[in-house]
Amino acid sequence: MSHHDHEHQAVPSDLTLRVKALESLLVEKGLVDRAALDALVDNYEHKVGPRNGARVVARAWVDPAYKQRLLEDATAAIGELGYGGAQGEHMVVVENTPAVHNLIVCTLCSCYPWSVLGLPPVWYKSSAYRSRSVIDPRGVLREFRLDLGAGVEVRVWDSTAELRYLVLPERPAGTENWSEEALAALVTRDAMVGVAKVPAPPKGATA
Amino acid sequence: MPNPLDALPNLPRDTAGPVFAEPWQAQAFSLAVKLSEQGHFTWKEWAATLADELKSAAGRGEPDDGTRYYQHWLQALERLVAAKGLSNPQEMQVRKEAWADAYRHTPHGKPVELGTGSPDQKPSRS
Repeated sequence: MSHHDHEHQAVPSDLTLRVKALESLLVEKGLVDRAALDALVDNYEHKVGPRNGARVVARAWVDPAYKQRLLEDATAAIGELGYGGAQGEHMVVVENTPAVHNLIVCTLCSCYPWSVLGLPPVWYKSSAYRSRSVIDPRGVLREFRLDLGAGVEVRVWDSTAELRYLVLPERPAGTENWSEEALAALVTRDAMVGVAKVPAPPKGATA
Repeated sequence: MPNPLDALPNLPRDTAGPVFAEPWQAQAFSLAVKLSEQGHFTWKEWAATLADELKSAAGRGEPDDGTRYYQHWLQALERLVAAKGLSNPQEMQVRKEAWADAYRHTPHGKPVELGTGSPDQKPSRS
């Protein structure tokens, strides 16, 4: 599984195939309604491990040595925290700074670092996001209410079945003495895709 | 109304509901919920089948730490689906191989769909 042919798709795990087999049989026989099933799965998409990614980000914020390992070999550094992709995909973490903003997309389909971010949101899979993120990233980011100054360079990273990206957002001001756990609670999925920044906590908040 | 999730022992969950480690787990979870809602089995039957799987696993000496929870969930679902005559092990096996084959033969970027060339990939009607 570690060496995929770029021309074809990776065959998912046996467990994934069993679920797909069951689901497709039951839908075809009319025993379960496809739309109702999809709606329920969508409802859970944010429940699949988004906190894994948040923990990775929080650790990088408090531990400079970890951050360096994360930027050098993300697959191994994320593995240190016990998270890994069952499909054997390779992870790359890209760091946001005051001068550089990173955005991830999969222009071909919906490759997504789900072992750290969960299932992709519906908009990530939309053809509008997939095509426009590359052509007009600033416009797309404005639609997410993120207006970047002209001095900020925007870098767009196109994911593949073998290579998945995760954005390391900037640590917000006012969190200098925060615990790793409290920091992880601030990190959002959208910030790790690059369509948002991690919001600064309200003034006076402590953790 | 009592929360139906309370009938499921050791379900990985937080205050807002169940949590999943991988997408297939959310799909397997949703399938069981929808089949029950659509009257193919009761939630009580489901909970009993799942509990039985979990008990067998514990009997085999597997660690009861939740890591294999959804493997047992899927096993229980396949068993109950067969027991109710909604599908059968052979049909599920053939369909699983058809999906693996579809992945191997679909170029990256194209949606993976089942072929229609082989008769055993067609839905079986009873």
